[in-house]
Amino acid sequence: MLEIGGLHKSFGGVHALAGVDLRVDEGEVVSVIGPNGAGKTSFFNVVTGLYPPDGGDIMFEGRSIVGLESSEITEAGIARTFQNVRLFLNMTVLENVMVAQHCRTRAGAFRAVLRTPFLRREEAEIEARAKEILAFFGTRLVGYRFDQPALSLSYANRRRLEIARAMATRPKLLLLDEPVAGMNPRETAELTGLIRKLRDERGLTVVVIEHDMRVVRDVSDRVIVLDHGTKIAEGSYDEVSSDEAVIEAYLGRPAEVG
Amino acid sequence: MDTFLWIVRVGAIILLIWGVAGTVVQGLSGRGPTGEAWRDLVVAGIAQGAMYGLIALGYSMVYGVLGFINFAHGEVFMSGGMVGFFVANYLWEVGLWETNFVLAILLVLLSSILTSTLVAVIVERIAYRPLRASPRLIPLITSIGISFFLQYTFAGLFGVAVKNYPPPPDSLRSRISLLGLEIEGSKLLVIVVAVATMVGLYLFVEKTRTGRSIRAVAEDKEIAALMGIDVNRTIVATFAVGGAMAGVAGTLWALLFRGVSFITGFLPGIKAFTAAVLGGIGNLPGAMAGGVLLGLFEGVGPQLVLAGFGIPGVSQLKDVVAFTALVLVLIFKPTGLFGERLSAEDRA
Repeated sequence: MLEIGGLHKSFGGVHALAGVDLRVDEGEVVSVIGPNGAGKTSFFNVVTGLYPPDGGDIMFEGRSIVGLESSEITEAGIARTFQNVRLFLNMTVLENVMVAQHCRTRAGAFRAVLRTPFLRREEAEIEARAKEILAFFGTRLVGYRFDQPALSLSYANRRRLEIARAMATRPKLLLLDEPVAGMNPRETAELTGLIRKLRDERGLTVVVIEHDMRVVRDVSDRVIVLDHGTKIAEGSYDEVSSDEAVIEAYLGRPAEVG
Repeated sequence: MDTFLWIVRVGAIILLIWGVAGTVVQGLSGRGPTGEAWRDLVVAGIAQGAMYGLIALGYSMVYGVLGFINFAHGEVFMSGGMVGFFVANYLWEVGLWETNFVLAILLVLLSSILTSTLVAVIVERIAYRPLRASPRLIPLITSIGISFFLQYTFAGLFGVAVKNYPPPPDSLRSRISLLGLEIEGSKLLVIVVAVATMVGLYLFVEKTRTGRSIRAVAEDKEIAALMGIDVNRTIVATFAVGGAMAGVAGTLWALLFRGVSFITGFLPGIKAFTAAVLGGIGNLPGAMAGGVLLGLFEGVGPQLVLAGFGIPGVSQLKDVVAFTALVLVLIFKPTGLFGERLSAEDRA
């Protein structure tokens, strides 16, 4: 589904991505791990078109998406969340999820002014779908929460809303950047279950950047390890967690015996 | 520093109370304006303020989405009023203005809206879009340039003389009784049209999908694009809606003052910008309320405060009052009366 070859991106001499090759198959849950500064978030930023890559190719469903606008990449079927949650804080919970469906609906500005029956129906559908998506998170984001500004949500709920908003763009591939950061153990366990449900019930392919190794173990079909902008290991959680290069990247080279 | 600000604040309040007290004393001794005169000042102030509010919306919307003040917006307003004049004049010559004023004024309104919308959108495309990635100061300076460019283009095309709209029918010039208040017809019409337009805009921004997109882009352009919103199209829509509001204001100006010239956009433009800051920049209900308040300050302020000091010919000092009101509001509440609405990058 996603095939990346020789991806390069540097910021003023720092090689955030120094030739990354990887592939994600349809229906997989893949975790991307690595020490801080390994290039994980840069990888998301380049794939979603926030930064143009300096070199390499990104193929999504057999089509190169390098050079496309962010909104076109979203339309192609890739959505993401952010490490530092970035919601539309002045808009309501429901509006956050509704606005993300605009690329999937057709009504233009003129119809919006004229309020044609077609538009009313479409608006009703957008709203119903938004409520259905929010119900995915149980009772946390429904009912009276619909009309509250996103600003009023707790940190964990903001993370959930951001995932809901990404789901609303009807992606095939969902990129989650540290989805459980800042959540307590109970919330983390709950969200781990939801990530699996995203794949099992909603048919999404998911790539997760995560530092919490329990989450990585529980959700991933495959783990990819990045360090200094290159892939240093790949495989199942057990394979990767016993890989020497990986242990060295996280813990450093063991001291010489002497 | 802080003490100095407090001295200024206290001084402003003392001067304000002193002026009002002086006016009250004059009124009690029977030398001040009559009750009817006060009422007319208030009505005229609200009517003019409602017009400022419509223009202020354009400033506030563009600021909300792009983060700079589009100083050419006054000229967007003027261009609508100017083209509206030619349409009105033609309708007057063919006789429609007198036989069917309602239809005539609707046609004028439509032409004014179309012109202002078009000018606003073209300016965005030619002057601002290429500068989207530059620092904020650059489109700001550009907008001042565009402002002069539009003024002198209109002066070159249509001459510098003031063009007077044909006289409105008698029904608009006479007074209409409303809730026991006798209000001049044209002022009532201006207030009604302005309020209806503002309500329409509010519903548009809050309830429609384009409005939702505009709010999303205003908060965070990068994320809006990632959520699949066409940012360029949304920015064009913002300019178009702001332009349309200015177009309505162009016709209202004609109803209030009749005369338009190439320079007509300058002072109302600056006043509307003042109104937008007064209400809190980026805050749309604030811009509307700021406009009405500024009109009221300007209409009533000279008589209420300045006359109390015994200054002669106070009604000519309304511009002083308008801008003093701005300074005072900023001294007491730097974010405007109703608070700013800032985008994610400005908040950071």
